[in-house]
Amino acid sequence: MNLEAIGAIYKYEMVRARRTVTQTIVSPVISTALYFVVFGAAIGSRIQSVAGVGYGSFIVPGLLMLSLLGQSISNASFGIYFPRFTGTIYEILSAPVSPVEIVLGYAGAAATKSVILGAIILLTAGLFVPLHFLHPVWMVAFLVLTAVTFSLVGFIIGIWADGFEKLQIVPLLIVTPLTFLGGSFYSIDMLPRPWRTVALFDPVVYLISGFRWSFYGIADVNVGVSLAMTAAFLAVSLAIVWWIFRTGYRLKT
Amino acid sequence: MNDIIEICGVSKTYASGFTALKGVDLAVRRGEIFALLGPNGAGKTTLISIVCGIVRPSSGRVRVDGHDIVSGWRKTRSLIGLVPQELTTDAFESVWNTVSFTRGLFGLRANPAHLEQVLRALSLWDKRHSRIMTLSGGMKRRLLIAKALAHEPRILFLDEPTAGVDVDLRHDMWQLVSRLRGEGVTVILTTHYIEEAEEMADRVGVINNGELVLVREKSDLMREFGTKRLSLRLRRPLAEVPEALSAWRLELSGDGGELTYLYDAQDAGEGVAGFLDRVRDAGIEFTDLGTTESSLEDIFVSLVRQRQ
Ligand SMILES: Nc1ncnc2c1ncn2[C@@H]1O[C@H](COP(=O)(O)OP(=O)(O)OP(=O)(O)O)[C@@H](O)[C@H]1O
Ligand SMILES: [Mg+2]
Repeated sequence: MNLEAIGAIYKYEMVRARRTVTQTIVSPVISTALYFVVFGAAIGSRIQSVAGVGYGSFIVPGLLMLSLLGQSISNASFGIYFPRFTGTIYEILSAPVSPVEIVLGYAGAAATKSVILGAIILLTAGLFVPLHFLHPVWMVAFLVLTAVTFSLVGFIIGIWADGFEKLQIVPLLIVTPLTFLGGSFYSIDMLPRPWRTVALFDPVVYLISGFRWSFYGIADVNVGVSLAMTAAFLAVSLAIVWWIFRTGYRLKT
Repeated sequence: MNDIIEICGVSKTYASGFTALKGVDLAVRRGEIFALLGPNGAGKTTLISIVCGIVRPSSGRVRVDGHDIVSGWRKTRSLIGLVPQELTTDAFESVWNTVSFTRGLFGLRANPAHLEQVLRALSLWDKRHSRIMTLSGGMKRRLLIAKALAHEPRILFLDEPTAGVDVDLRHDMWQLVSRLRGEGVTVILTTHYIEEAEEMADRVGVINNGELVLVREKSDLMREFGTKRLSLRLRRPLAEVPEALSAWRLELSGDGGELTYLYDAQDAGEGVAGFLDRVRDAGIEFTDLGTTESSLEDIFVSLVRQRQ
């Protein structure tokens, strides 16, 4: 194991984050605050509570997931796409670094940033609404698992993309809609029948439901199912990453 | 084991269907400076990229210091430093961070003293805190060299190190290369400047259309292919080459004032003396004489033409 290399990539990515602090930290905090103003205050004043939890508090886990997914993906995808774009990837390809180490460095850094971001959003949310964590260990587990999984997804997108447009397309066209549909701002029980069934095909439902359960003990689907789905995501992402390196897909000619 | 790099039957066909290398065999000796010459598109970069692990060969095997580049990739890559042909650098990173990054990537502990020495040798020490995008093209080129040296490689690939670099800097680089050679580093360079190969290389390989056309000691090559020219400044211009000298390879200048004898460097001894005797016998007087040798460039051009 080339630990120095993992450290070098990790550190490099963290330094990059410090340079782009507005993009990675400030903008998600501002948008979270805006969600609270719009959804929490304006709409929340009409909806008293969902399953006994105040609406403002209810949306916190979903909001956090919304940022977490988006930021994990965009961070990790930029991290690996940029060297491909500038050509500096030659250095990583010619270094004694294994695929696992490359992924640990890039996805690890992206996941770290996401977890930090999650903590910042929680702190921001705490200023607006009361929060409590029924199962704090599970909460952290869901947070980390999701951050890691979607950093891997981002890594995959960063390798697949052959232009900046493609880099944006997946988060914008797939992840954001799925997160909205996935019950960020409501319980899917509130949906009429056919839509509820449709929503169950949305993988993000399971992430948000499990995460919300760790806060308030309420869930749209069984926690075990949530956990299994999250783990399945992780497994699928890992398999794709493994395949990419095995075949040299878009990395080596 | 005297060969540090052994390339056996390496071919490369790109996904486009283009075959860039056709069964290349090459052995590079430990500690030598090897120049790879060839016209644009000959396959030089492709060959280097294969040894470095950036491009996968379609067939053939490569061993570096006795290790296979596939099964022993970690070992072989840690021995190699690569300066790519293109100026590919980050923009926002500082000089210091980027060389530190490379060192870490190659699995080595931080060693500020070594990095300082490398940066000083390449006159980049004053720029260590600068962002890369503020460097000039020549500085970026040197930065790429600094990065390649950051992990103390035993083998250094320089893919056209002096393209777009001014004369002063080029000489600095030659100096650096000979210093590295003194430290036992094997250097493989590609270049379009033949004078560079002539100046630095111990051996020369010529590659054309994906085939290694020849590999020779530079001095042998010069001797073997080098044509020497003996020019005589004549006292009285000649209208044509005299009959008595028709057995020799001669050129008469347009004004008839200079007679040039072309001969192979190998049979220099007998030929020149004999020729001068014949000239005197023919009653031709000359006021001055001089010899010139063909450069590697002439040799190279004639070789590549010959094969086409
Ligand atoms: N990724 C690629 N896909 C398809 N063809 C390629 C690729 N890379 C290089 N080639 C082709 O392979 C041939 C050899 O290219 P290479 O870069 O090795 O040449 P070179 O000798 O380094 O030339 P130069 O002196 O111009 O740098 C060229 O014809 C080039 O077009
Ligand atoms: Mg080239």
